[in-house]
Amino acid sequence: MAAVAETLDTVQTVTDGGYKWGFETDIEMEFAPKGLNEDIVRFISARKEEPQWLLDWRLKAFALWKTMVEPRWAAVGYPPIDYQDAFYYAAPTNKVTPKSLDEVDPELLRTYEKLGIPLREQERLQNIAVDAVFDSVSVATTFKDRLHKEGIIFCPISEAVRDHPELVQKYLGSVVPQGDNFFAALNSAVFTDGSFVYIPKGVRCPMELSTYFRINAKSTGQFERTLIIADAGSTVSYLEGCTAPMRDENQLHAAVVELVAMDDASIKYSTVQNWYPGDENGKGGIYNFVTKRAACRGARSKVSWTQVETGSAITWKYPSCILQGDESVGEFYSVAITNNRQQADTGTKMFHIGKNTKSTIVSKGISAGRGQNTYRGLVRIGAKATGARNYTQCDSLLIGDQCGAHTVPYIENRCMTAKVEHEATTSRIAEDQLFYCRQRGMTQEDAVGLIVNGFCREVLKELPMEFAVEAQKLLQISLEGSVG
Amino acid sequence: MLRIENLVVEVEGKRILDGLHLTVPSGEVHAIMGPNGSGKSTLSYVLAGREGYEVIDGSVEFDGLDLLAMEPELRATTGLFLAFQSPVELPGVGNATFLRTALNAIRRGRGESELDAMQFLKVVRAKMSALGMKDEMLKRGVNEGFSGGEKKRNEMLQMALLEPKFAILDETDSGLDIDALKLVADTVNSMRKPGFSALVITHYQRLLDHIVPDRVHVLSRGRIITSGGPELAHKLEAEGYAGVVKAAA
Repeated sequence: MAAVAETLDTVQTVTDGGYKWGFETDIEMEFAPKGLNEDIVRFISARKEEPQWLLDWRLKAFALWKTMVEPRWAAVGYPPIDYQDAFYYAAPTNKVTPKSLDEVDPELLRTYEKLGIPLREQERLQNIAVDAVFDSVSVATTFKDRLHKEGIIFCPISEAVRDHPELVQKYLGSVVPQGDNFFAALNSAVFTDGSFVYIPKGVRCPMELSTYFRINAKSTGQFERTLIIADAGSTVSYLEGCTAPMRDENQLHAAVVELVAMDDASIKYSTVQNWYPGDENGKGGIYNFVTKRAACRGARSKVSWTQVETGSAITWKYPSCILQGDESVGEFYSVAITNNRQQADTGTKMFHIGKNTKSTIVSKGISAGRGQNTYRGLVRIGAKATGARNYTQCDSLLIGDQCGAHTVPYIENRCMTAKVEHEATTSRIAEDQLFYCRQRGMTQEDAVGLIVNGFCREVLKELPMEFAVEAQKLLQISLEGSVG
Repeated sequence: MLRIENLVVEVEGKRILDGLHLTVPSGEVHAIMGPNGSGKSTLSYVLAGREGYEVIDGSVEFDGLDLLAMEPELRATTGLFLAFQSPVELPGVGNATFLRTALNAIRRGRGESELDAMQFLKVVRAKMSALGMKDEMLKRGVNEGFSGGEKKRNEMLQMALLEPKFAILDETDSGLDIDALKLVADTVNSMRKPGFSALVITHYQRLLDHIVPDRVHVLSRGRIITSGGPELAHKLEAEGYAGVVKAAA
């Protein structure tokens, strides 16, 4: 068999049974009635015992959403989504909010254990605080007390609404307004849970903060909302992971993430996205339509996005930085893999507003099977952003001859003193590279994994250590055995 | 150790090897010499299992096994090593990662336990200092930006590290200065022992001054046309291929 055919075959076998996070947890759930209308928005708000201002905020978002149309400019294709044919709220029927892990439904703890997130052990052994979000609610947050001593708030956003309303009201929607785009408006109307982080002035968060999202229930959309505020001089590293059961239907995930960095603050936001990608014929899988944006409000503030996107049937996301503060820094490091029928249209937007602002974009796209991978990025430099600098590097790796890689960079520069660089390459895994590895005893799968990891090295080294190992394994599983 | 019988190989319909017979007993080092286009590199690739080489006829027995029926990685884990004429670059893949992955794959194949990072470093550093290589080579991408000499040195490191039963050196001496040539020879000589054989493919006799072969074979138009002791290499050097080929015809 020819190398290419054999490779594609290997990719096939790997992906067929390869998604090992595809199990379902059997647990009693409460759902909102199917469909979307004002009553559903009120239902969600009431279930969460929210104050009037937040209900009003949601209703405004819903009103805006009704006037908007779904964006169709991305290089992805999918049948129309019936927004009335989904549940917008699904929560395990655990009436009391658990105060500690001992009060959490053991079935849920087992679920996270199966996913490789042993919440109990995590609490004891590792220096990572975890917020576990199951469908529409947060089920457990670890290390809360220890963080509290430092003045750090790390809790489900619904809890923050109750306990820290002044912070939430001040910052919610301040980076991604309700009417920002179709999916952000939808999220603003029906968001259910997500994480809230506040790092006080001058505090360096002593551990990694992490949220693990799990979609479990059928026909359910997940709309989480994450808000992270790093006050002046503070530092935080935040990780996000996600999985879902294997289902024949497509499920919508429309999250919004807002980051705010004040003077000299630094936020590192890392994602390993592993939503169910659908089967080899493109049946099922998550639609991952996400709005992520950071405001570098303060001088010398810094936000760094790192993402490893291996899952989802369709990915539509552009983690962005608004570089308002003078000398603020925005970074975007991305690995996106599309295999089988997966489609990804992802990239970033860097808005240079302040003086001497700097941005770096490193995007690595890997396409296999019939996957389509698009990098779409915007670098906009305003008239007052003197001395602004951007460096962009987009590399694509093709595996097989039925996939596609596309690069769509937009550059808008209104400042004479700005410097913008863009580099792009497209390559294949060469047959001689594979043969070289196999001659040294490695299987085709190991060889591809090694070469792909090498291709992604610049991005993977940006991940926190605990995540980098995970991500490497994930790349291997998503792609094993590819060449062109 | 290695027995090739009547090997006939085509590449894209063109006959390159045409009834090649060759036996390399265990513990011996044989040299293959021959003019350009005689099929030397084809022979090494066919033995290592590279795609695109169609075996029309013949058989290859390696250590009692049917070599041609085996996947390339199985040939490697069974003890066959090919030092490439032009080793490829693997951008971004750390040399240390590559070497450890390879060594552990080979060790698994031999039924030995895998080495963790610390154990591996100890082993590889010992081999490197024997080869006069700097630690810095471990941190670089595999062959990435290596000079010709560094690439060949990296091949020798892999050979020393993986400890094959049978090594094929495909014109490893080409483009090397005398010091590098000496290093290649020293590496091969240090491995010579019962149970290790090598097939040294070369254009020139000068490598064979340092690695003295047990037998020398002359390859022309896809066949071994004559064989002899080390003195045959000297004869070739003195008379050129044309004379020897003609005399054998």
